[in-house]
Amino acid sequence: MSESVLLQLAVELASGSVRVVDLTQTLSPDFPQIVLPPEMGQAWPFRIEEASRYDARGPGWYWNNFSCSEHTGTHFDAPIHWISGRHLPDNSTDTIPATRFIAPACVLDCSREAAADADFLLTVDFLRNWERRHGRIPAGSWILMRTDWSKRLDPVAYQNLDETGQHTPGPDADAVKFLVDERQVLGFGSEAIGTDAGQAFHLKPPYPCHYYMHGSGRYGLQCLTNLDLLPPTGAIVIAAPLKIKEGSGSPLRVLALVPTAVRAPARSSDKSVKKIGRTRKKRR
Amino acid sequence: MNNRRSAYDDVVVTTPVTVPYVRYSIRGAHWFLAGALAEVLRISGLGKDALDGLCVSSFTLTPDTAVGLTQHLGLTLRWLDHIPMGGACGIVALRRAARAVQSGDATAVACIAGDTNHPDSFRQNLGTFSQFARDASYPYGSGGPNASFAFLTSYYMRTYGARAEDFGKLCVAQRSNALKFPYALMKKPLSLDEYLTARPIADPLRLYDCVMPCAGAEAFLVLRRDEAEKRGLSYARILATMERHNAYPDDPIQYRGGWALDSDEMYAQAEIGPTDIDVVAAYDDYPVINVMQIEDLGFCKRGEGPDFVRRHSFTADGSFPFNTSGGQLSVGQAGAAGGFLGLVEIIRQVTGQPLGAVVAEARLGLASGFGMINYDRGLCSGAAILAAGQ
Amino acid sequence: MTRPLVRPPRKNPILRTRVPTLPPGGRSRVALGLTAAAARGRLELQVCRDCRTVQYPPREACRVCLSQRLDWRQQDGAGELVSDTTLHHSNELFYRERMPWRLGMIKLDCGPVIVAHLHGDCAPAPSRVRVRAHIDRAGQAALLAIPEKDTPNMADDRQLREMTCDPKFRKVLVTDAKTALGQTLVEAVVAAGADLVWAGYAERWKKPPGFERLSKLPQVSLVPLDLTDSRAVKDLAGEIGGRVDILINTADHHRNFGIAARDGIEVARAEMDTNYFGLLRLAQEFAPAMRARGADGQSSAVAWVNLLSVFALSNFPPHGTYSASKAAALSLAQCLRAEFAPAGVRVINVFPSPIDDEWNQALPPPKIAPVRLAADIVEALRGGAEDVFPGDIAQDWLSRWRDNPKALERELAVMPR
Repeated sequence: MSESVLLQLAVELASGSVRVVDLTQTLSPDFPQIVLPPEMGQAWPFRIEEASRYDARGPGWYWNNFSCSEHTGTHFDAPIHWISGRHLPDNSTDTIPATRFIAPACVLDCSREAAADADFLLTVDFLRNWERRHGRIPAGSWILMRTDWSKRLDPVAYQNLDETGQHTPGPDADAVKFLVDERQVLGFGSEAIGTDAGQAFHLKPPYPCHYYMHGSGRYGLQCLTNLDLLPPTGAIVIAAPLKIKEGSGSPLRVLALVPTAVRAPARSSDKSVKKIGRTRKKRR
Repeated sequence: MNNRRSAYDDVVVTTPVTVPYVRYSIRGAHWFLAGALAEVLRISGLGKDALDGLCVSSFTLTPDTAVGLTQHLGLTLRWLDHIPMGGACGIVALRRAARAVQSGDATAVACIAGDTNHPDSFRQNLGTFSQFARDASYPYGSGGPNASFAFLTSYYMRTYGARAEDFGKLCVAQRSNALKFPYALMKKPLSLDEYLTARPIADPLRLYDCVMPCAGAEAFLVLRRDEAEKRGLSYARILATMERHNAYPDDPIQYRGGWALDSDEMYAQAEIGPTDIDVVAAYDDYPVINVMQIEDLGFCKRGEGPDFVRRHSFTADGSFPFNTSGGQLSVGQAGAAGGFLGLVEIIRQVTGQPLGAVVAEARLGLASGFGMINYDRGLCSGAAILAAGQ
Repeated sequence: MTRPLVRPPRKNPILRTRVPTLPPGGRSRVALGLTAAAARGRLELQVCRDCRTVQYPPREACRVCLSQRLDWRQQDGAGELVSDTTLHHSNELFYRERMPWRLGMIKLDCGPVIVAHLHGDCAPAPSRVRVRAHIDRAGQAALLAIPEKDTPNMADDRQLREMTCDPKFRKVLVTDAKTALGQTLVEAVVAAGADLVWAGYAERWKKPPGFERLSKLPQVSLVPLDLTDSRAVKDLAGEIGGRVDILINTADHHRNFGIAARDGIEVARAEMDTNYFGLLRLAQEFAPAMRARGADGQSSAVAWVNLLSVFALSNFPPHGTYSASKAAALSLAQCLRAEFAPAGVRVINVFPSPIDDEWNQALPPPKIAPVRLAADIVEALRGGAEDVFPGDIAQDWLSRWRDNPKALERELAVMPR
């Protein structure tokens, strides 16, 4: 039975009736990196150094060495990343069972709310409204919060920092507890830096998405893009982090398999996928 | 002064030799020095084996010094010296060789000086001229002694009222002398107007204040008198000499040299005075130094140089025969040979063998040397008074 | 009278760029004592401990009493111009290209007679002058005489400008213009007459107070520059590198840890990545074009300034890893100085006292104010020094280090935290 399912999947992938949507931002030095207060240990931004480029350092080949944090760019958070998950079994990138890396996704369209309020918090009410239209959130699903934040190509707008810190959308504590306790989701994914809202330090508990998700052995995905190309339900997400020994997470390729029979909702922009990059001002 | 040095008695100087000067040569210094030595031996009739002393001066002989030449030219010697004293090397070589022969340390000493000149050799020499030049004058772009003599000339003109015309008169006279000299590289007459309007080099010096570096060699032979007579060589007697290095070190700028300290003693030793001298050769790398030597050697008082120049004529037939082969300013400066050129011309005049202009009845001649601008002043000075032998 | 400098016309792009030539740079070892003092902006001459003679040129023994107890001591340079000349000819390419050139022979009041470059406003001999020692384009000490009293537009003298790195009519890159020092330095360089100042900044989303104000200055152009990003450095060099005359590297990652106070290497690595590797990236990308333009007309490439720290000289243990990163940068800057030498571009290393900023907040005064440090940097560019120690603490530690480096190491190790 499963043999024919897989064969059917191969056929439909080849024909395009199952589309592959890339939910991943390009790793480049320009991509914004999470900023902690200067006294804290920092996450390395993505940096890349050429080793050779068909030159004296290596005449016939081109290759690079790169460095970054486990939490750079589009990345996966494992339960061991948070203090609340540190003692759980199978909590690091090398011990999470591989079956968890392929799962269905529910996409919550908060794009209008986020456009109106950068500090928008996803609430239980919003979740119940969504379920009224799209059905109950299945257990073991990814919850992906679509805010169209990935369309903010200017790094300054993407970071959205001011004197009080970062202002990006995220879930409130009750919403997270609901997803964990009432719906047994697999994990939470967002488009901004951080699954928690930019001002989540001030929620109770601070950073509730990290605290409760990882504290219950669940996962996070951040800096996703193209969520506007996904249906509210029906997509399958493949998100497999690098197998780092005792890893707390890693940059990864996140892919969604989307059946074409299911229409994607109307998008606010017609433009095709863009990478985040520096805006290039004209200089003298 | 009771401390009389010994006279030179039976020591004489003979065989003045010049290897013709050329502007540039692909030969090394060894070639010019070998040529000078061969000519000395040929004219004197001395076999190479009979030569037992050698005195060498050269800038471009490096990496060799005098000792390298002994094997290079197949000489076995009892006495050897190397005199790196620039324009004073002729006088100093004469003093060394004379005492060697007088004491019996050697019987026949050839004194030779010569250098080659490649288009780049003048600049290369400057770069390694002296430690002080490297540390304290070369970095300032002076390009050799030009700036140092510009300073001296400017100071002298300001202090003693010399004018460009005064220096020009000397240069014009020397050129006139040179036109008769077969080895002079400058072959056209020079007018005062040309001198005054020539290309500026380093104010107030202009083109004709500066010598032309070239390749060539000069030489002479020092013997006992009986040896010279045995070989039938014309010779000159050495009446007196002097040598002084780093004279007046506390003068803020050089306006007098060692001759001011020692020329009185030299004349006393020769038992003559300046007015007895028939012909003078002074080291003339710049005309201001000619005037300084004229003052220091007692031909006029300090500061009266300009007046002396205006009152005299300096051609071989003039009232003060001076640099009668043309001097370096008109013959050319063949490196260290420039320190011999004046002395060799004096030997020729007082032994009756002039090659160019003739100084009539030249019985007493004075050759003066000056050299080694180590930093801001010439350190070496020397002079010799020669008398006709026979 | 020195004619004030005029902004040079735009460069004709079809003409070959003049390659740098240098004045003669060979010196004996003893003469390097003059260079060592000139590097710190001082005229020093040998003084005999036994007979007090002051002598020049430098020697291995006293020229009066032959004592070998000679000390280099600062002199005020006052003296009398005894004679002067103007060269119209030189065998040296550097001077040939810059004829005519004035030289003077000066009797210093302290004794020796010196040959020096002569400022155009010095009256002909006899006249009173002041003598200074500058690092010349060959990287060696050169003496120059300036008029006894300052004259109008004195800095614009053609010969003096060959021995300074004056920002006037030049284009300057300040690599980090976001810090308090960076901002005030941009303003100071503009005030010194720079035509164009590129003000570099990283992490644009962090906006410190005052930074946006810089963009209002017409000479200032804000350019993104993150010294930890090799490609970004390369991109900026590709855009502006061929026009930079003076590069001032102010990028500085400064934290307050020794070895034991912080687990992990992450902080130290970040300090090295900016302070040492940042300098290396900058030098690889910007130095080649600057080397080629060392003699490119009146507004040639002329200086590379590194903001180090007096902690580079001797480790300050409370900021131990930072000190090490600055010491690494100092060593690399010496390498850079050697690589720039053939081009006549001066590498100026600045070792300031602790700057009065957030990372030195816990250090007691005296601390140097950014505006004072910026003024010292501009003064170094307009003068003849290459090693600059701004502020009282830097001067104090330098004296202690020169006197006995091991003693300073001990003194810093027991300083109260």
